[in-house]
Amino acid sequence: MLAASGLGLSAGGRDLVRALDLSPAPRQCWALLGRNGAGKTSLILALAGLRAPQSGAVAIDGTALGAVPRAELARRVAVLLQDESADFWGSVLDYVMLGRFPRSRSAFGRDEEGLLAARRWLAELDLADRETQAFRTLSGGERQRARIAQVLAQDAEILLLDEPLQHLDLRHQAVVMRTLAARAAEGKAVLAALHEPGHAARHCGFSVLLYDAGRASLGRSSDMLTQANLEALYQCRLEAAGAWSFLPS
Amino acid sequence: MKAAPVVVLLLVPASLALAIAFGSVDLGPARLADALLGRGDEIAREIVWGVRAPRALAGFACGGLLALAGALLQVLLRNPLADPAILGVSGGAAAGALAAMLAGAAAAGVNLAALAGAAIAAGAVFAFSLGRSGWNPYRVLLTGVALASGFGAVVGLILAVAPSSQVQGMLFWLLGDLSPAGDPTAALGMLAACAVLAFSQSAALDVLILGEDKARSLGVAVTRLQAIAFGCATLATVAAVLLGGAIGFVGLVVPHLLRLSGVHRHRALLPLAACLGGSLLALADTLARTLAAPAELPVGVLTAAIGVPVLLVLLARLR
Repeated sequence: MLAASGLGLSAGGRDLVRALDLSPAPRQCWALLGRNGAGKTSLILALAGLRAPQSGAVAIDGTALGAVPRAELARRVAVLLQDESADFWGSVLDYVMLGRFPRSRSAFGRDEEGLLAARRWLAELDLADRETQAFRTLSGGERQRARIAQVLAQDAEILLLDEPLQHLDLRHQAVVMRTLAARAAEGKAVLAALHEPGHAARHCGFSVLLYDAGRASLGRSSDMLTQANLEALYQCRLEAAGAWSFLPS
Repeated sequence: MKAAPVVVLLLVPASLALAIAFGSVDLGPARLADALLGRGDEIAREIVWGVRAPRALAGFACGGLLALAGALLQVLLRNPLADPAILGVSGGAAAGALAAMLAGAAAAGVNLAALAGAAIAAGAVFAFSLGRSGWNPYRVLLTGVALASGFGAVVGLILAVAPSSQVQGMLFWLLGDLSPAGDPTAALGMLAACAVLAFSQSAALDVLILGEDKARSLGVAVTRLQAIAFGCATLATVAAVLLGGAIGFVGLVVPHLLRLSGVHRHRALLPLAACLGGSLLALADTLARTLAAPAELPVGVLTAAIGVPVLLVLLARLR
């Protein structure tokens, strides 16, 4: 299990996170909410072992992330970054298969299990017919789904996703959220930075709210996602939008 | 698209055969065949086995090393314009070699000075680009470009003050010239060693294209990989420059030719780049020896003359 304890993160002289304890357990789906610049990305990078925290520690089953070899960590923690290079020359399937790197090391060995997994996630994310297409020719939203398929193909027990819904249309926002919630239900620990509390309320049992100046609160989404909390979080008045607000059923 | 690897592999024996068959002396098919089989007159045998074959292999090794270095640098710096000259190593070698020529050194002295110049440039790039958080591709790029233009100024100064009798030899060195190459065994060994080392990292290099953080999250030891690949590219560049001077375009163009033909995985790209770079340089050198025979043209002029139009045609076809 991944556990951050007493985590402190800062950037550009600003405190983003102070003394945060967070451990997304198996079977839990967590939403990470906060304003732009609140520290969502920094927190995900720290949880993935890609950025050293200013204070506190992140450990997996009690071992500090820095002490776990990268290759082993990659079999246990998968992360979707907010920005990734789109400079890839191969097909969509080739791209998704890069997620299998931590699981198949031989340059010539065929990873039949990985191929099956890659095709499964492509199909689940509505990209089955794009398998042989050049990755570069995908649209922004399709590329985002291919990136998510790559993360799923990695088959790690802990999934960290930084804005998995960016560039996605309404239908595919729901497809991705349902897929993530289903992975959690299967026993994986999922944590995703989101900008839409509606998705968090519907699909994530738990939420972390990152306020300004390093304050955070976390707990069950039903307790956290109240109008008062969200107004304080986003620093603006909210109202029920009634017939004008839609989420896919 | 699957045709590209086959064409490249067929090009290797074809280019070597052409390089051995043609030269400033026309042997004719019968004498050539006899000499190849080790029969016939001694002059033909010496031309084929003593002159043309080593020269063809030296060209092949040099082109293979340059293309391999280019392919590695393009993925490491994630910059399509990266080529061996960008490390400043060619520039350092050029400044060293020309300084030795100016001082009137013999061939061995010129080579030694080129090696020293290359080592200084490589050391400087490594020292300046190793930041607190490991390797930084942008620092490599900037350091290399800055060093290259600094060495360019040194080369310009030497050309300006050198007596006119020496300038032509210097220009040949700068444009790339395989005539003083000599025994290709060491270069071929270096090509094989670099190719095997780079190939062993091919799967990790595929992942590195996604960016350093993503590659780390997928289990790649990024700093170690970068050190191996930079070291490999530097050694390959130094070996190529010592063999043939500053031959341009092979390292830049060959990896792109392969990518544009649908080869993108490094387990195929790296060996095919070595083969295609070697073949192209062997062919270019054959033309350099024969077009104006008995005079020789600088082979670097011909690599540009072949490489640039081929790349432009491929780019136009894929638009």
